[in-house]
Amino acid sequence: MFVYFLRKIFSTIPTVFGVSLVVFFLFNLIGGDPTYQMVGRHANAQQIQELRHEYGFDKPKYIQFGLYLKQIVTFDYGRSYATKQPIKQMIIDGIGPSLSLMVPSFILTTLFAISIGLLVAYFRGTWIDKFSVVVCVFGMSISMLAYILFGQYFLSFRLGWFPISGYEVTWPERLQYIALPLIIFVVVSLGYDVRFYRTAILEETNQDYVRTARSKGLSEPIIFFKHVLKNSMIPIITNVVVEIPLLILGAFLLESFFGIPGLGSITIDAVHNSDLPVIKAMTTLVAVLYIAGNLATDILYTLVDPRVNLK
Amino acid sequence: MTVQGEVAIKSVSMISVSPVPMGRSLWSDAYSRLKKDKLAIGCVVIIFLYSVVSVLAWLGIIATPWDRVVGLPYQAPSSSSVELAFGTDIFGRSVFYKVIQGTRIALSVGLVSSLISIPIGVFLGAVAGYFGGWIDDLVVWFYTTLSSIPNIMLLISIAYVMGKGISAIYVALGVTAWVGLARVIRGEFIKNKSRDYVVAAESLGAGHGSRIFKHILPNVSHFIIMNLSIQFMSAIKSEVILSFLGLGVQGQPSWGVMIDDARLELSRGVWWQLAGATGAMFFIVLSFNILGDSLRDALDPKIK
Repeated sequence: MFVYFLRKIFSTIPTVFGVSLVVFFLFNLIGGDPTYQMVGRHANAQQIQELRHEYGFDKPKYIQFGLYLKQIVTFDYGRSYATKQPIKQMIIDGIGPSLSLMVPSFILTTLFAISIGLLVAYFRGTWIDKFSVVVCVFGMSISMLAYILFGQYFLSFRLGWFPISGYEVTWPERLQYIALPLIIFVVVSLGYDVRFYRTAILEETNQDYVRTARSKGLSEPIIFFKHVLKNSMIPIITNVVVEIPLLILGAFLLESFFGIPGLGSITIDAVHNSDLPVIKAMTTLVAVLYIAGNLATDILYTLVDPRVNLK
Repeated sequence: MTVQGEVAIKSVSMISVSPVPMGRSLWSDAYSRLKKDKLAIGCVVIIFLYSVVSVLAWLGIIATPWDRVVGLPYQAPSSSSVELAFGTDIFGRSVFYKVIQGTRIALSVGLVSSLISIPIGVFLGAVAGYFGGWIDDLVVWFYTTLSSIPNIMLLISIAYVMGKGISAIYVALGVTAWVGLARVIRGEFIKNKSRDYVVAAESLGAGHGSRIFKHILPNVSHFIIMNLSIQFMSAIKSEVILSFLGLGVQGQPSWGVMIDDARLELSRGVWWQLAGATGAMFFIVLSFNILGDSLRDALDPKIK
């Protein structure tokens, strides 16, 4: 078992390396030399040289790549161009707000989606089922931007139920500021999730053992909530775990609009400010987290699915 | 003639007259299923209408020039003229015309990015699935790497690095979208390459290329169609977000840019630009969604 875990962890290394190659290729090779952008119009050749040297752009490419790999491992991504802060500090500052929005959103979404998915699958074929699917598909077809703008306009501006945007560091006050973004996140994610879980659960109900259980006289609720649910956990867990690293970014529109100073907001600001190291750092960080999330899924499988081969 | 003889002749003639059972191909089954699915037909009609509008806008027949001032700034929608149907924006330009131009941009993004991603995805998936070995390992490593970087992040990075403008979007979307298709095609090729009909083709002298393109590929092409509709929809949604972030189309009224403008307008009670862009996007994305589902059901070989 332990060897299996070790092997799985080692197998992520080529992927992480691949990610570093892709990001490096994008930012350092295609992106080229940002020194000209940074110095402004009236710099002379010497200033450009000094700036290059300071940021390390005059080193040969393979050394730059080596430095970048070191950054990945130590999580120290240098300084932002725009704010001159160490990026590591920015990340640490940003994690708190991001998580305080994303963790409740994620838990609520998952609970609602699984429950609604179960209910809808239970009532499959009836108007409840068809109506829900229609609502989900409609919901998925509207851009999150529209939800945010409508939400801010109607619920905050017109009705005054929530503050339009803002953030508070202390806890009880923070709740009112994360309320509306949380609602929007849940509504937007439900569309896709409910349909996905419904499909996963329905596929289980078509299995032979369900027919057997029915013919043995078990009541529908028991079949559903006891047997089918347990067996559909595999695709459900996959989806849930895979979504976790995306939380960090899935929030970025929300954070930007609602003024929540989290990681997503940092990324968007970096895009607006052409802040290359921050964008590069965020890309790398999120990719690494995503790979870690996938690794967690694989490991979770060994606990949940006895058919997994531990060789 | 004896009775037996007559019966014999009748039965022989009946055998020769009764029709030979026609083979049912996946495509003919799918087509007949789709024809009966009114919702899917509705979606196809909507997509067709959008395409017609886009082509007309592109040819300059309708909705040009879009940047001509047609009224006072922030005029509400009125039925007095076609141009004022959706009201005007901050510069007094027709929102209706902008929505139509946005349609052209959205559909072109979907089309070009699909044209880029489909060949890449099919080629890499086919080669990986068919040849296996180190080629497979390489392709799988490559797309695992690409898919480890969350889509939005990759799109932003590519668009950022390539500079603003629509060609960056085409490339960014094309280069990120091939992964899903490659995965599916690879799986299908792995399944198919050891099947009897392929082995038979090989024993008849078909080389690798012939087996890949002439024999296996037509049998997996329905996945390409399904992927196309999902790809299109996803491209439209991504373009909106990228344009909104300022990374996309410049100087052209794409839906994303319109929604970005709407941010400031809402506090003044100006809702029509947001409604126009969102509404236009809603219907086409919805149509692709439903069509994708219907296609998947229609093309499912397990349903008789």
